[in-house]
Order: sequence, then structure tokens, then C-alpha cells
Amino acid sequence: MLAVNKHIEQKDFVLSVEGLTVSFDGFKAVSDLSLYVEEQEIRVIIGPNGAGKTTVLDLICGRTKATEGSIKFKGQELTRMNEHQIVHAGVGRKFQNPSIYEDLTVFENLELSYPKGRGVWGALTFRRDAAVIDKVHEIAEMIFLPDKLDMPAELLSHGQKQWLEIGMLLIQDPELLMLDEPVAGMSVAERQQTAALLQRITKDRSVLVIEHDMQFVADIADRVTVLHQGKVLSEGSMERVQNDPKVIEVYLGH
Amino acid sequence: MNPISQFFARYQMTHMLILALLLVVILPLSMDIFRLNLVGKYLTYSFVAIGLVLCWGYGGILSLGQGVFFGLGGYCMAMFLKLEASSPENTTIQSTPGIPDFMDWNQITALPWFWEPFHSFGFTLIAIIAVPAIFAFVVAVAMFKRRVGGVYFAIITQAVAAILTILIIGQQGYTGGVNGITDLRTLHGWDIRTDSAKYVLYFVCVACLFGCLFIAKYVINSKLGRLLVAMREREDRVRFSGYDVSAFKIFIFCLAAVFSAIGGAMFALQVGFMSPTFVGIVPSIEMVIFCAVGGRLSILGAVYGTLLVNAAKTSFSESFPELWLFAMGALFIGVVMAFPNGLAGVWSTHIEPRIKARFCKTKTPAALPDTTTNNATTSATDNTANTANTANADTFNTKEHSHAGS
Repeated sequence: MLAVNKHIEQKDFVLSVEGLTVSFDGFKAVSDLSLYVEEQEIRVIIGPNGAGKTTVLDLICGRTKATEGSIKFKGQELTRMNEHQIVHAGVGRKFQNPSIYEDLTVFENLELSYPKGRGVWGALTFRRDAAVIDKVHEIAEMIFLPDKLDMPAELLSHGQKQWLEIGMLLIQDPELLMLDEPVAGMSVAERQQTAALLQRITKDRSVLVIEHDMQFVADIADRVTVLHQGKVLSEGSMERVQNDPKVIEVYLGH
Repeated sequence: MNPISQFFARYQMTHMLILALLLVVILPLSMDIFRLNLVGKYLTYSFVAIGLVLCWGYGGILSLGQGVFFGLGGYCMAMFLKLEASSPENTTIQSTPGIPDFMDWNQITALPWFWEPFHSFGFTLIAIIAVPAIFAFVVAVAMFKRRVGGVYFAIITQAVAAILTILIIGQQGYTGGVNGITDLRTLHGWDIRTDSAKYVLYFVCVACLFGCLFIAKYVINSKLGRLLVAMREREDRVRFSGYDVSAFKIFIFCLAAVFSAIGGAMFALQVGFMSPTFVGIVPSIEMVIFCAVGGRLSILGAVYGTLLVNAAKTSFSESFPELWLFAMGALFIGVVMAFPNGLAGVWSTHIEPRIKARFCKTKTPAALPDTTTNNATTSATDNTANTANTANADTFNTKEHSHAGS
């Protein structure tokens, strides 16, 4: 039995979170949480406000340090790594509010996210060669901003900023992409475009998404995890979760 | 497109050339050696201001203790010069000949161990760079690895400046105390007090300044320059793009420290002494004011700002010595509120567009929009041109103000 477990952990799951707990001055924002994400799976985390959704992403990407438990990504223990090491391991994170460099152009925003020249010396000797330029244009095409490359990022609309940040993650080519409310504050048209974008970019990687928009969740999710008070309340297909009486009571019923 | 971008490349160069012309030709020809030496002294402060442009303007790391590094560089140079001035022949009247005079006055009978290596000029030159770099590295590692930033970092650097001043004053026998290290005479037997030596030292100082300007420009133009801007705005995003933010902060802080130290060493050579008055809190804050007045995003602005504020200081404090500090404070507040990007900002928002408009009208009327976009791609190159191009964007003003707030 043990051997089987071990086998599963190493082979099938890109990310396995076990017994994860974090407490802030005694308040357990996440308590004894376990979560397994398979390769190429799109997992959506839903739950009421304060359920600990964003904290879970913070813990995985190293922004918050876990009090207890383990987070294994492709066999590597993330809880002991720095943020940038976790990024190098292949985890990308998009923040809830668009987090881009407003003083720089769209091109520069993407270029800085290109995974080359990440050390001090590397950054000093970094050359904007054809490979970089091609990659930036390729990503810009994908995120619907090919004609905005020379524009200062602060002039983009809210939705475009969200896309830009997604683009900044794509250029890193992470194996696990974590998105915190990628369609929040978007118009209906932008939302549809984003859904199409996500469907395209999630093909060859695993994705962990936090989202409130249930229609959007139903569109993209392979499986859904419902969090409540830092614990997993329910997990499974969208259909199963939607019909779970516990979930209806704490979240969907409202 | 191409000739225009070439024009811009040249245009950024012209700013450098104008400064070079001013410092190498116009000032030496129009001033007597006393005034020129004074300019040379002011230029040594502009090394610090250039460092602050990188560290504060670009990286958002406000250091209120740059005097520490200016002082370390200056003391290293002064120690060498003092040892040369304290040869046994020159100091026969002392109870212990061959040691600096202030040590003799403090009943010290042998040269302290840390003074010994400063007999060697080669060691001194290395120490001028290495001592402040190592010291800055230690401070920066201690602070940035723990993610101390913003106001806390500024306060700590200020505390370091205060501590070093107290240490220097307290250890009078080893450091010359409050008077500092004075009466510096020769460099390898070459008398640095003569007019001709002062001319030579002025030009050496200008050469070093341009060396630092080119290094600073290279850094700003490199990806590291853009990363600094990115870190200033969104440190977390940079971190989660796979960069070790603290490493970049440590690097830029050390680079700023080394620039300051070169300035300090040139100060000791040109002025002929070094004292704790240039180490403490007040000079450190003055350096920040020079940088702010010149424009904290412009390395050339920093040089002009330093020269102008010091020229004003000299003429103003000759007539109203007590009022100078108040005037300086008012200047700082005024500049930060009205012109957050300093003289360079005024130049690029108000003066340069007019010159450019006139130029484009006579030559290529249709090219203006083109140049704007073209320049935006190559931005993060010369900052003055960079701000000049954003000046054309409607949102420039709000942007400028948001800088002031941050």
C-alpha cells in the first residue's frame, strides 16, 4: 500500500500538497490541507472569501512560509526553497491584481520575464537577440497585444494588463501555472477571450486557478476543489461539487 | 526610421559631449585655478550623486549614508598621502618620527597595523575600491537578505553614518579625530598643492567622472537597469519572475558605494585633507539633495545638480552663512513638490520638446510621431531621452507625480 502511494506521488502528480498548515498568530488560514494535481490537469479552487484560496497559492510559490506540511513539485520539496528557486523549478504565479511594470513598455515587461540572464552578471550582459524578440512577439500575439508592444504598460486597460501578466508567465514556460482570479474585472468579451486563451495555454502544463465566476469555472475546470475555512470541503468534477449539499450550504447557495 | 534612430543615438551622446565640453574646455578656460579647484571639489560629490541615481532613482533604495563610502574612499587616499607626508625627515621634531603628527600628539608611538599597508600606492588604489565595496556588501547583505527596505533601510544607513562619524572622532589617535587627516602634501614626491598639480588633478577627476558616467550608463541601458525599475515598482513580480531581488539590490548598492569612494579619494587629492565632516548624516543628506535637484533619474542631471547647488551654496553662504541650511531645505522640498524629476525633468518636459519641435519642423515635419514610438522601443537607454519621449504621452504628469509619491 505504501509502495503504491509512493509510486503515485512520484509518477502521476505534478504537485502534491500534504498536511499543509499555516497559522498567523494562532489563526489557521490553512489547516491540514492536502491537494494533488495531475499532469496537464486544470484544477480550479473555489470557496467563500477568507477560505484560504490565495494563501494556498502563496504557500506553493513561497511567498508565505508553511508552519507545517509539505509541498512537493515533481519530487522537489518547495517549502524549503526561495521564491526565485521555486520559479526556476517551473512554477509560475499570477497575482490577483494585475502585477506588471507600469513604467516599462509591454515589450520590456515580457522581455524581463524571459528566462535568461537571471543573475546579476547575466542581466548586465543580456543581449536582446533574435530569439528573445521572436519569443516576445509570439507571446504578444497569443495575449492579443501584438500592436501594443511599444506602449508603456500603464496605458493598457485593466483586462489587457491581466493578459500581459499571463503573457509574462507564459514566456517563462512554467510547468505549473497558478492564476489568481484571471478574469476578475473583465468585460464579457474580454472574459471570453481569456477563456479561449487559457484553453490554449493550458494544453501542455498543469494549471491551478482561483476563480469566482462559476460559468468560467465550468468552462475550464477538469476538477474543482472547494475550500472552506482553510480546509478542503469537497473535491471532484464541477457537476459533483455543484451538487454537494455541503458546498451549496457554505458557498454556492448564497 | 533608421536615420532617425541614429539621430537619437547621437542625440543621447550629445548630452555627454556637452558636459564634456563644459568640464574640459569651457570651465578650465574661463576660471582661475582657485575656482576650478572648487569645481573639482564639487565634482567629487557628483560621483556620490551618480551612485544615488542608480541606487535611489532607478532601484528605489534610498540611502542616507552615502557619506560613509565617500569618507572611506577619502580616508584611504588620505592615509596614503599622510604617510608620505610623515616621512622621518619631515617629522624629526616629533617624539616618534615617521608617524602621522596627530598620532604623535596622542602619545601613540608606533604606526597602527591597519595603517601599514597604506605605504603602498597600489594597495591604496585597491583599498579605495575594495574597502567601501566590502563594507557596502556587508550592510547590503544584512539588510536586503532580510528584506529590509524603504524607510527602514534609509534610517539604518543614516545610523551607520552617525556611528562611523562617532568612531572616527572618538579614535582620535588612529584617525585624526574631528580635524581629520590634514596637511597632505605629495603623491610619489609630486607636490599636489601647486597650481599645476591642481590642474592635473582636476582633469583626472573629470576623467574618473566620465568613467563612472559610462559605467552607470551601461548599467542603466542593460537589462539590469530595467530590472531596477521593475523592482522599484513591483518587487514581488520580479521575485516571481525568477530573480533573486536581493542580489540585484546588493549589486547596485555596492556600485553606488564604489562611485562614492572614488569621489572621496579625488576629494582628498584635490582638497588636501579628509575629515569626518564629510562622513556624517548632514553631508549624506546633502548628497541626496544634489541628486534630487539634478533629477534622480538622470546621471547627467546629477552632475549638473551637484554643481549648481554647490555653486549656490558657495555664493549664498558667503553672504548669509546661517541661512544656507534653511535655503537648502526649502530647495529640497520645493524641488520634490514642483519638479519631482529635478532639473533633468524640467529639461526634458519643457525645454527639450521645444528644441525638438523646432528641429523637426525645419527638417522632417512628419517624423515626430515616428520618433516617439521608435524611441519607446529603445527606451531604458538614455534616461533623459526616455523621459523626453514619455513627455509626449498624455499621462506624463500623473506619472511624474506618482514618482514623487513613492
